[in-house]
Amino acid sequence: MAHEVEASEHDRGPAPSSGLAVAVADPVQNPGLPPHRPRVTDTDPKKMRHAVRTVYTLFYLSIAGSIWAIAAYMLFPIEDGAILAIRHNNLFIGLGIALALLAIGIGAIHWSKAIMSDHEQIEPRHPTRGRESTREAAVQAFAEANEESGFGRRTMIRNSLIAALVASIAPGVVLFRGLAPFDSPDHPNAGNPVELLSHTMWKDGMRLARDPSGVPIKASEVTLGSAFHVIPEPLAELSHHDGYLEEKAKAIVLLMRLLPEQLHEEEDRKDWSYNGIVAYSKVCTHVGCPVALYEQQTHHLLCPCHQSQFDVSRGAAVIFGPAARPLPQLPITVDDEGYLIARSDFTEPVGPSFWERH
Amino acid sequence: MAREKKRRSGRRSPFAAAALIGIGLLLTGGAYAGASAAMAAGNDAPTASLTVEDGKKLFQANCATCHGLDLEGTANGPSLYGVGAMAVDFQVGTGRMPLQMTGPQAPQKPVQFTEPEILAMADYVQQVGGGPAIAEGEVISGEGDVAHGAELFRINCAMCHNVAAAGGALTEGKYAPSLLGVEPRHIYAAMVTGPQNMPVFSDMNLTPEDKQNIIAALVWMQENESAGGFTLGSLGPVSEGLFIWIFGIGALVAFTVWITAKSN
Repeated sequence: MAHEVEASEHDRGPAPSSGLAVAVADPVQNPGLPPHRPRVTDTDPKKMRHAVRTVYTLFYLSIAGSIWAIAAYMLFPIEDGAILAIRHNNLFIGLGIALALLAIGIGAIHWSKAIMSDHEQIEPRHPTRGRESTREAAVQAFAEANEESGFGRRTMIRNSLIAALVASIAPGVVLFRGLAPFDSPDHPNAGNPVELLSHTMWKDGMRLARDPSGVPIKASEVTLGSAFHVIPEPLAELSHHDGYLEEKAKAIVLLMRLLPEQLHEEEDRKDWSYNGIVAYSKVCTHVGCPVALYEQQTHHLLCPCHQSQFDVSRGAAVIFGPAARPLPQLPITVDDEGYLIARSDFTEPVGPSFWERH
Repeated sequence: MAREKKRRSGRRSPFAAAALIGIGLLLTGGAYAGASAAMAAGNDAPTASLTVEDGKKLFQANCATCHGLDLEGTANGPSLYGVGAMAVDFQVGTGRMPLQMTGPQAPQKPVQFTEPEILAMADYVQQVGGGPAIAEGEVISGEGDVAHGAELFRINCAMCHNVAAAGGALTEGKYAPSLLGVEPRHIYAAMVTGPQNMPVFSDMNLTPEDKQNIIAALVWMQENESAGGFTLGSLGPVSEGLFIWIFGIGALVAFTVWITAKSN
């Protein structure tokens, strides 16, 4: 077969300059195309007939797959809501569609590879750089447009147009700012993300309650080795629209009881625990995953996302992993009825670093 | 020609060796099966009913090295006062005790004792040290509010045991075991007693009704196949990612090679 190479002097573009670089004595030569090898379908008519049969069989198979997918939709309906019915429906419809599409693809590729003409052909790409005359014509066109429109000459018109374009964006900026949360009498800090990230709904005297029921917890109910998943008592009554999830995401707490002699507390935090019961934020200080994998013998808390480990017996200090700070501790005590209550909000923002907290 | 010659001169059929090995394997296998059946029958007979006194002997022979002759505990093992029959039934009945070696993780092994032996030891520990009795009745029936149980499971259990109860890794080689195939009374016992590094979920944290609902959710998960096809161990992105990297991208590479290769 003849290689159809069409390359004039112009199409090769300007010769690359060697500049000051070392002249390469033996640059890589274009090896060209390998010698043409006829396929079996070119030489053997029996093989060709076989290939033709294969291709149309694949296309018929594709039709069968499509029909099967329609039939499967009727044969395996999701009517009673049974989970197994959904599984069968997905499986058999999927198999039908997969067969229909795959058979078309494989058939088309096989057709082009084994049956269609296979002579090699080279189509050289045109050079990226335009001809000198084209380049000059382009510059000329711009100069003429400037001259005829007076864009460069009539500066009043040009400048007022630029001002009008800039002003037309301004309403968009105002409208999009309106989409962001803003302060209101009910939510005085809604427009202040730093304030929102720095505080949770915990307050002095707020009872610690079970997640999700909201039943308050008595200190006497927290036995040694226990781990309670805790929310503030009023949270359970919040509805979804009152920000239940937003508040819960910040306020969740893990409550654990250790032997008092196992706790190594800092002087200023001695009164933050009650009889060996400690409460720590469940939001990891790395990127905010819930840290709740508590090992009651080692008193280690493990974050499942990035394997940060916190030592509950030593103020939830980071002992392994990427977390930057210990988990914030919730100061707790008991009220007159023996229920565990918070003594204040967390004394630092919970969760990961943000732009004003590092 | 050569084959005919061989057949005349050789006295053994070519299948003789295979037949001989087969007969030998059948004989030894049969003898072993018979012997072990006989031994099993011999073992079962006297354990039909065991007293607390038998439990005491079993305890002293198998557990006292670490837990002390009177349950008082030693440097190698904790005291068993107050753990009750429930903890014994869980630890021994799931094959965790006796430990192969001491450590924070007690791996599940084949159960070392028969049911009556375990119950006898449990009775002994209950009589001497007291504690929770083995759960029975409605709470371990596996029936209850599956949806509520699943919510409690996701809040209290899923972070360690995986949301599909397939188990998960803890620190330094420890792990939370899979809960699939675990008997309801052992799940109940694990929540009450907090074995090894698992926190305790006493009746004051999760009420017996809560526990019943959690068990109902777990039984539902055990009985119902995954709706989404192959679970690949329910381990999430690790096993699923590995599968798609090897088989998904592998298939794409194979197709690409086939598309660009020249036909024969």
